[in-house]
Amino acid sequence: MATTKEISIGDVGSRAGEFETELQGDTMALNVGPSHPTTHGVLRLMMELDGDVVKKCEPVLGYLHRGDEKIAESMTYNQFVPYTDRLDYLAPLANNVAYAMAVEKLANLEVPERCQAIRVLCCELARISSHLLGVGVYGMDAGAWTVFMFTFTEREKLYTLFEELTGARFTTSYTRIGGVARDIPDGWLGRVLEFCKGVLPVLDQVDKLLTRNRIFMDRTVGIGAISKEDAIAYGMTGPNLRACGVDLDLRKDKPYLGYEKYDFDVPIGVNGDCYDRYLMRAEEIRQSVRIIRQCIDQLPEGSYYAEDAKKIFAPQKAKVLTSMEELIQNFMIVTEGPQVPAGEVYFEAENPKGALGFFVVSKGGGVPYRLKIRGPSFCNLSILDKLIPGHYLTDITVILGSLDFVMGECDR
Amino acid sequence: MAESDLAQLTERFDYLTERASSDHLALNCPADQLIELCTALRDEFGYDMLVDVTAVDWDVHSPRFTGIYHFLSTTKHEYLRIASDCPDDINPTLPSLAGLFPAANWHERETYDLMGIQYEGHPDLRRILMWDSYPYHPLRKEFPLAGIETPLPADDVAEATGASVLPAPMMGGPFTSSGDGPMSQTEPRAKDESWNEQQEKPTK
Repeated sequence: MATTKEISIGDVGSRAGEFETELQGDTMALNVGPSHPTTHGVLRLMMELDGDVVKKCEPVLGYLHRGDEKIAESMTYNQFVPYTDRLDYLAPLANNVAYAMAVEKLANLEVPERCQAIRVLCCELARISSHLLGVGVYGMDAGAWTVFMFTFTEREKLYTLFEELTGARFTTSYTRIGGVARDIPDGWLGRVLEFCKGVLPVLDQVDKLLTRNRIFMDRTVGIGAISKEDAIAYGMTGPNLRACGVDLDLRKDKPYLGYEKYDFDVPIGVNGDCYDRYLMRAEEIRQSVRIIRQCIDQLPEGSYYAEDAKKIFAPQKAKVLTSMEELIQNFMIVTEGPQVPAGEVYFEAENPKGALGFFVVSKGGGVPYRLKIRGPSFCNLSILDKLIPGHYLTDITVILGSLDFVMGECDR
Repeated sequence: MAESDLAQLTERFDYLTERASSDHLALNCPADQLIELCTALRDEFGYDMLVDVTAVDWDVHSPRFTGIYHFLSTTKHEYLRIASDCPDDINPTLPSLAGLFPAANWHERETYDLMGIQYEGHPDLRRILMWDSYPYHPLRKEFPLAGIETPLPADDVAEATGASVLPAPMMGGPFTSSGDGPMSQTEPRAKDESWNEQQEKPTK
């Protein structure tokens, strides 16, 4: 049963004056998360509020820590691929690729061009999927529910494509060290092009709904602005860094997978505020569509895995069942893992959320001695305790939405 | 680009040695010179972004812990790896870079948390992924994959549920099979072992 209580307000102004000193001395401790829709996962913020203004903000992490780096030290390189799905679980295909690339770099292995092109397709589709969700929930955070419905519908179509390609909608585990799990299914490329055709009008809709929307602009322009210097000093990467006006995109600046062959633009922001971060993602989807079209246009024939790397990529099943040599090869790779020489590598790929890095230390053999994962969300969030103070409590939702982080790769 | 950097750096800082690397330029630097080197790297050589800080535990070898730093130049687009051995194997310490690169703050907290390296001069060296009262450093090589039973951080929850953090039955591979008897009984099962082969499970 609801009870009502009547409070006499009287002359608020003079009463507030009476208690002025008392009121000013009070700050309030507010805890947001780890389970709260604003925090998009399990981020926890411990804040000190002065009225509506945040005075201090302390992020607390670790609620999704699974010890991936420890786990990696006890399994073969291929066995770890499914764990990479669960880093940035909104773009598992891109994580798979980044991880495989790091290990291949250690093995000094160049995958065939067709495999590279397939991986580019994977990365860019993952980028579209991640940004569609990022823009959608960001709109929702700022009070624009419709955008979410539009982008989520498109993302659903993408997941159907992922399922066709990899067999799974969410946790794709598509790459292997030295290639990908299987070739592209028949007719799939046509369906990807169809999707690309369909996603652009939706982006225009989103554009109409958000870009010049008075409410959205009021809530985002000038909010959560990060300077160029701060962004670099805190190690921010990806769209969040570029929104601050730093021209750094690893696809352009440290090309891998043959990205130099594709013609695309890297959007750069000006103010580094929440609005710019939205613009970055919206434009990056369009650029990804461009890359995908070129990629499909010039998709090379050939093998989808490195056929020469007999100690790294397991042979085809039909051969395993008929040929002794391939059977032994398969057995060795399954039991001992892909054979990788000793050494140290660090590889970063431009993932949807930023630069996902893998530092691999190998003493030879099929198991890494140490694997460090550099999650872009971890670095992007480290600026929070500097960024948030001084903002209103309601801005926190928008700032967190604009940073588009994933706790899976933050806590690892 | 990287070669000229190497020549300039080794000429100016004679304590630097080149480190074996399968990709980028990598240098070994003594721990006590790290701050000087990184200041120069940031201000004069253009390595303005500290992308990653971590450490490697070499187990029985001495020096046991090596701090690893990865820099990226946002202008030259080159990576650089700096490795610095911790002088002490029992209480590994390294100077903190948090004053030079704010990015180092969380990375060093993470490395401290998981590897147990003390960063001297760090403004706020607390655990970041594990909870504050957690007693171990799980990425060290002697720490078993299956984990070690640890009291839950919240006393009231632990008391109410009577539970600790249970170790995962994964040590030495996830499955075990007794090997004798009919096949229906020797089916592989998840291992119920929390400790590695060399170490007995300690009693509470």
